Amino acid sequence: MTLRLEQVTKQFGSFTAVDNLSLEIPDKQIFGFLGANGAGKTTTFRMILGLIDATDGKISWNRETIDYSKSDHIGYLPEERGLYPKLKVSEQIIYLGRLRGMKKSDILTELKGWLERFKVPEYLDKKIEELSKGNQQKIQFISAVIHKPKLLILDEPFSGLDPVNVEMLKDAVKDLKESGTSIVFSSHQMDHVEELCEHLCIMQHGKPIVHGALTEIKRSFGKKNLFIHADFELDFLKDLPGVVSQKKFPEGCKLQIESEEISQKVLQAIQHKGFVRRFELEEPSLNDIFIEKAGESYE
Amino acid sequence: MNKFWIVLAHTYWTRFKSKSFIITTAIFLLFIIGIANIQSIIELFDRDNEPDVVAVIDETDSIYSVLSDSIEQMDNNFILESYEGSLQEAEKKVQSETYVGVLKITYNENDLPVGSYHTNQLTNTSISTILKNQLQQIKVAMATNQAGVDQAVIESIYAPVNFDTVPIESSDGTTAKTEEELSGARGLVYAMLFLLYMTVLTYGNMIAMDVANEKSSRVMEILISSSSPVSQMFAKISGIALLGLTQIATFIIAGYVLIKQKQDELVGGMFAFFGLSDIQISTFVYAVVFFLLGYLLYATLSAMLGSLVSRMEDVQQIMMPVILLVVIAFMVSIFGLNAPDNSFITITSYIPFFTPMVMFLRVGMLDIPFWEVGLGIGIMIVTITIFAIIGARIYRGGVLMYGRSSSLKDFKQAMQLSKKE
Repeated sequence: MTLRLEQVTKQFGSFTAVDNLSLEIPDKQIFGFLGANGAGKTTTFRMILGLIDATDGKISWNRETIDYSKSDHIGYLPEERGLYPKLKVSEQIIYLGRLRGMKKSDILTELKGWLERFKVPEYLDKKIEELSKGNQQKIQFISAVIHKPKLLILDEPFSGLDPVNVEMLKDAVKDLKESGTSIVFSSHQMDHVEELCEHLCIMQHGKPIVHGALTEIKRSFGKKNLFIHADFELDFLKDLPGVVSQKKFPEGCKLQIESEEISQKVLQAIQHKGFVRRFELEEPSLNDIFIEKAGESYE
Repeated sequence: MNKFWIVLAHTYWTRFKSKSFIITTAIFLLFIIGIANIQSIIELFDRDNEPDVVAVIDETDSIYSVLSDSIEQMDNNFILESYEGSLQEAEKKVQSETYVGVLKITYNENDLPVGSYHTNQLTNTSISTILKNQLQQIKVAMATNQAGVDQAVIESIYAPVNFDTVPIESSDGTTAKTEEELSGARGLVYAMLFLLYMTVLTYGNMIAMDVANEKSSRVMEILISSSSPVSQMFAKISGIALLGLTQIATFIIAGYVLIKQKQDELVGGMFAFFGLSDIQISTFVYAVVFFLLGYLLYATLSAMLGSLVSRMEDVQQIMMPVILLVVIAFMVSIFGLNAPDNSFITITSYIPFFTPMVMFLRVGMLDIPFWEVGLGIGIMIVTITIFAIIGARIYRGGVLMYGRSSSLKDFKQAMQLSKKE
């Protein structure tokens, strides 16, 4: 059940929203889509779902094109949240669930289970407009997963939620993956992607600038972060060979270095200068990679 | 196709259960009950109304009794009363509202009656007109009497002429519609025009609102990811159509029950006016066909336009052209009721937006060959199909479009968004 995008391009008039995108999204994993606003994430999702047609290229799921005959196996949480404000939660989910081919009685059992899990069982007969935004989002999430989809597309699932609810939703996403759902999700919050995804793709102006397994991406990036907290002036470190950049903090600084070997040279350089409180070598964060890669393609 | 029914049922039930639907239906029912009981209501208000009194100062001494008799026979809402005092006194009593007016009758130099009516209600001409007409008759009788003409001669002069309109049989054995058939058809055409007008305005608007509502609440994107926009559009149109039929059926049943109850009062009244009993079955069939086609055409148009706006506030604005079309169609057909064979009417009956009203009017009022009706229906079906195809594409693209403006540019953009390669 692999989702495959082959040289997919989407043009709106003269504007190219997605440019020659080729991806392979493995089965039963969580795949992260990263990108700044307007990078083409939502357009890509809409093309995967068949809501809009690609100008060029081919999208297939399990070697078949996605159309309405498969919609019962696909779940979608759109970026723009939307539910009928005047309908009760139960009416709402029953309608959307039936449109995904479920029976009414099954929907109610599932819905009650989900509401329990999200600790809001009393919302069953409340109208959507009476709920807070975060709680509406939970209902929206339920509407996307109620029919146990094989492919779940989540467009910015955690935006606008408080940390407690983010954790709750993250756990739900992880559980869905465990039960065999392939999940594609987009975010511009790097830490969520780092925590959840095995594979990811960073988009910039419709083009993938980084693409692959998370560990692989980090390893091939090469550069590491070095945190130093010390009681003396650290300015001179940025002139050492192998140091790419320096970011200063009140207690010390963060160095970006070309490889881990450089860290030892830095250590020697500060050895006899005074008291060192912290000296820590860290893997680059996705954030560093994103900023660097996105920055590069700007130039 | 299964999802078509889910959307249809959802559209129908959520609307059916909504407060606004229940309230409008209730108001209309009250209105119908009111209309059916209009006679009792009018009587209720009239009962405590004393008849108006007109004082008569008769200087001829002979005319008052004749005039009073004939006024009484006419059963008007006023009576005459002989007054012995002077005109000034009587006028004072008019001021104090004892009388509505004073009629002074004198003879002129030819011994013929002359009347002058003094009142402070110059706007209310009905009493003075009746008095004048009655006095005129008395004057004619007296004048002819003076001239020595026999009463029988007078009557034969004033008797109405015998005049019949006879339809000529044409070569294929059919005759032009008789006067009864025509007035019957006119009634049905009136009813149908009004029904279509109301339906298109109300339910067309409802469809556009529904679509715009789903867009503004952004639920649309989930909906179109689970079932095709085209089947959704038609499910919506059919759902609202069913809702409309439910509402209309409620009114018709209520009306029918009331008419049954009030049969004695109403026979010869409303029924004779509309003459529903003289209509051919085919006219009824055409009424249903044109009604459905008309609804479908305007509903498709509304759904298409509704998908172009993203806020409820813009619905009215974008529905304007549709409303204008319906109003024009209505005006044309009102004109056509009096001149159904005018060539302007003939031409407009082939313009699809006007066909359901104008062509039906021609079918009802004239004897037009079947091919003309068939052509009209054909043109409509083709137009509906074209609108459905364009509408479906615009709908597909339009529902993903969120912008402020609502113009021709949007049509293009929506078409582009939905472009099939």
